[in-house]
Amino acid sequence: MTRKRRRLYMVAAGVTMLGIAAALVLNAFQDNLVFFFSPSELAAREITAGQRIRVGGLVEEGSIERQADSHTVRFTVTDTARSVRVVYSGMLPDLFREGQGVVVQGSLGPDGVFSAEEVLAKHDENYMPPEVADALQKAGHWQKGGGT
Amino acid sequence: MHRFANPSRFLRLSAAILPWSTAACVCLLVVGLYFALVASPPDYQQSETVRIMYVHVPAAWMAMGTYAFLALASATGLIWKHPLADLTAKAAAPIGASFTFIALATGALWGQPTWGTWWVWDARLTSVLILLFLYLGYMALWNAFDDETRAARAAAILALVGIVNLPIIKFSVEWWNTLHQPASVLRIGGPTIDPSMLLPLLLMAGAFLFYFVTILLLRIRLELAGRKLRTVQFNRARASLRGTT
Amino acid sequence: MDALNHYLAMGGYWQFVWPAYAIAVVVLVALLVGTLRAVRANEAAVAALDRERPRRRRSARDGELQ
Repeated sequence: MTRKRRRLYMVAAGVTMLGIAAALVLNAFQDNLVFFFSPSELAAREITAGQRIRVGGLVEEGSIERQADSHTVRFTVTDTARSVRVVYSGMLPDLFREGQGVVVQGSLGPDGVFSAEEVLAKHDENYMPPEVADALQKAGHWQKGGGT
Repeated sequence: MHRFANPSRFLRLSAAILPWSTAACVCLLVVGLYFALVASPPDYQQSETVRIMYVHVPAAWMAMGTYAFLALASATGLIWKHPLADLTAKAAAPIGASFTFIALATGALWGQPTWGTWWVWDARLTSVLILLFLYLGYMALWNAFDDETRAARAAAILALVGIVNLPIIKFSVEWWNTLHQPASVLRIGGPTIDPSMLLPLLLMAGAFLFYFVTILLLRIRLELAGRKLRTVQFNRARASLRGTT
Repeated sequence: MDALNHYLAMGGYWQFVWPAYAIAVVVLVALLVGTLRAVRANEAAVAALDRERPRRRRSARDGELQ
């Protein structure tokens, strides 16, 4: 019984130490673990022009501007506190729409406009049939794309 | 607990459970597939791609659940030297690896039409890929030793080390910015998923759970027979060695 | 026929929805078949060994674990 108890304590102590070590390591590498920065986080850091980064937020309502050649699109990514203007030419994912989450990869130009090489749609955790979404919106309980 | 250490008692128990777990799996699968593919509505944003969720999410849940089970069985084997525990953990590993593979593959097929990419190195996707490697490493470790006791111990230690990955997978979407969306079902404040979509999800999750139970029981039987074979062969080799000298 | 085609098209996402289900089915069925085969092979081998050995020589140790 005592040997079993000793093994139990050893395993428990080992797993606990491992957990603490993992937490410390993950905390130290926080910056590398985030997939994107929000516009506010972006403003708080020193980003040199041309440095490849990812910025994520919501596509601001009414900000999408399509160029005449139809391949280039401009829009604003916002986290409601701050926003970044983005220019992109290429295929947009199906879920790209106003009010929805988006992650853009590219670099910040000297003029403060973010030129994106890749645009990824980020969807929120809400799942519902279209009728329910319409009904909720009509009732004013919920706004489309309120997540992220 | 040692009451179930007796292999013949386990075999009797598993023979009693097996028909029920198989029937439960088949029933849930039939009803679940009907709701998943026919009777559930499309999503307001993703339309029909949401149906991928009904295999992706149960596979991902079971990938993590199987790992927790494997680690628990490994700890039981390591601490209490329970003779069936190591075999149970060993039996669970290929099932967990299969679930993880399904979660990753269906996730890629879901990511392309919704996010616009098959794969990104965000915290959620990367930690699930690590889970797959943990399963594969665990299985490789069992095969790396000739001595079964040593193999069991080494594999169990790896299983326990890997357990830190489970909370990382679960909370990655809350701790760090990820492309993957946060949890919809297992979250504080209740599910953010419409009941018409939650039903097929839970039915399919049930089918996956009973699939796990069924395959696990079969694989423990397989491992028990394998262990018996090795013991008999070892005793024979020893007996014949004694005979020649 | 049209209704079936419409259904199979999955709103234009058939090339993502059906492969996802196909992968799950293939992996789960392969694991099931592989497991059943291995169980049968191992248990047949054990049964053959049991038959080979005369009953009286069958020591309790052989059947026991560890």
